[in-house]
Amino acid sequence: MIRSSTAVIRTPEGVEFRLPLAGLFSRMLAFAIDLCVIVALLQLLRQLLGPLAALGTDTLRAITIVGYFVISLTYGILTEWFWRGQTVGKRLLGLRVMEASGLRLTLAQVIVRNLMRFADGLPALYLVGGAACVLSARCQRLGDLVAGTIVIRTSRWTVPDVGQQTGEKYNSLAEQRHLAARLRKQVDPELVRLAASAMVRRNDLEPGARLLVFGELAGYLRNLVPYPTELVDQLSDEQYVRNALAVLLARR
Amino acid sequence: MIMDLARFVVNERPYWTALEKTLDRLDAQTNHRLTLEQAEQFHSLYQRTAADLVQLTGFAAEGELRQYLEWLVSRAYAQIHEVREQHHFRPWRWFTVEVPCAFRRHARAFQLSVLLTLAGCVFGAFALQTDTEAKQVLMPFEGLRVTPSERVARENRLQGKQLSGHKGSFSAELMTHNTQVALTTAALGVTFGAGTIISLFYNGVILGAVAFDYIHDGQLAFLAGWLLPHGVIEIPAILVGGQIGFVIAYALIGWRSRQSRAERLRLIVSDVVKLASAATVMLIWAGIVEAFVSQYHEPVLRYSWKIGFGLVEAAALTLFLMWAGRAQEDLKKA
Repeated sequence: MIRSSTAVIRTPEGVEFRLPLAGLFSRMLAFAIDLCVIVALLQLLRQLLGPLAALGTDTLRAITIVGYFVISLTYGILTEWFWRGQTVGKRLLGLRVMEASGLRLTLAQVIVRNLMRFADGLPALYLVGGAACVLSARCQRLGDLVAGTIVIRTSRWTVPDVGQQTGEKYNSLAEQRHLAARLRKQVDPELVRLAASAMVRRNDLEPGARLLVFGELAGYLRNLVPYPTELVDQLSDEQYVRNALAVLLARR
Repeated sequence: MIMDLARFVVNERPYWTALEKTLDRLDAQTNHRLTLEQAEQFHSLYQRTAADLVQLTGFAAEGELRQYLEWLVSRAYAQIHEVREQHHFRPWRWFTVEVPCAFRRHARAFQLSVLLTLAGCVFGAFALQTDTEAKQVLMPFEGLRVTPSERVARENRLQGKQLSGHKGSFSAELMTHNTQVALTTAALGVTFGAGTIISLFYNGVILGAVAFDYIHDGQLAFLAGWLLPHGVIEIPAILVGGQIGFVIAYALIGWRSRQSRAERLRLIVSDVVKLASAATVMLIWAGIVEAFVSQYHEPVLRYSWKIGFGLVEAAALTLFLMWAGRAQEDLKKA
């Protein structure tokens, strides 16, 4: 079985998007946090039931037994339903349960994936569930397989900053109109595409690779159309490429 | 394709931001409903963003921007393409109509559960008949180690006082333990039914051995009076657990089915929940009856009364599972 770190979903319109899958260890960590929360809730229940001792020790013990069972059984169901696929542990670690086809979770799915913990938890310490996670292509435990769910990593993404490329900020290269015109004329469209791609992907590059890529691009552009030294002396290679790109992409 | 990426981002950003805001609002307010105009606008924003994502796929850039658009499209997709009906939950109708209908839909799985338990019963009785030493292995419970006659004599002497002061906790322990057994039997269906078969057969073996032991010792009336009040509910609840297990196993195996495994499982998920809740409710009732009725024997409670109570329960359960919700079911079929 080929394991994947992303779940690829194809919409009816033919658009493909990828959801980053949560790994076994992040899920284990989230579960450990949830266990701590359950233990804390059980302690809280014990404290709350203290004043009910007047009802008799038998009644109190009966309520405690049922309470413990109900809390451990329903904690996952309630939190995942009301927080849209997240428990306290998953919330803290940025994980979320999702329908395997990218749709919203149903209550039935949430209940089934939590009821299946009785099998996943066997023989102890979630060994069966852990093994299923390791063996399945989408890191699904048995509960996920039956309920048709996956656990993904959630991150809040933002639009990359492209302000420098569009002339929203001061650009010393654009000031020299004749040089800017020559730059536009001499630069190959393929290079524009390359520079734009490098700019968009800059945060994904290793620091060394980033320096190298922008160094080479800046070197090429500097040689192609030399600007007065006093104008470009203080600019880093990356800034030079940004400014040059802004000149190349600017409306004429 | 050569694309003016920066201008593309600048031009499209207002639409992405608008979509993001709508999604944040929908996430924050679960019950928030869009007006027709808002829904149309939301859909148009989704389509535009999805188209942007496709356009970007053609372009070589695969960094933050692509991840941002995928994040937006995945969230909007979940909202827009959710076509499963969202019923208003009506607990009474759900329990009295949908639960028995689900039970009948999977009647064969229940029959298989019954068959396996009966096979276990026969095995347990046979094992005890051929080897009396097997009692220690087959019935490893303290209360069952003495001979049935000795137990009956002791129960007559104590008149139910042995549980005095801890009936409530005993009832709670029974409820939680039996629910755990039923749900584990159900969950083991994921082993393609193997775990469910073992669990049902093992329960049957104990039941058969106990029944044989008491009948062989001439204590049939005591046995019926002791087991029937709670057993007629508790045993079917465990069988429903087995039924769930087989429903899951059948969906996993997919014998003679052309649907994908995911599709087959998707179809049974809601029935699994209905059956599991039925088993849980039955076991809560059985736990109460076992602690407050079953543990009292003659002369405190007459066996005939206890047996009669058990039979009434059995009849009520049978009627409920076989007939409740039939009218609505027939209407739906028509």
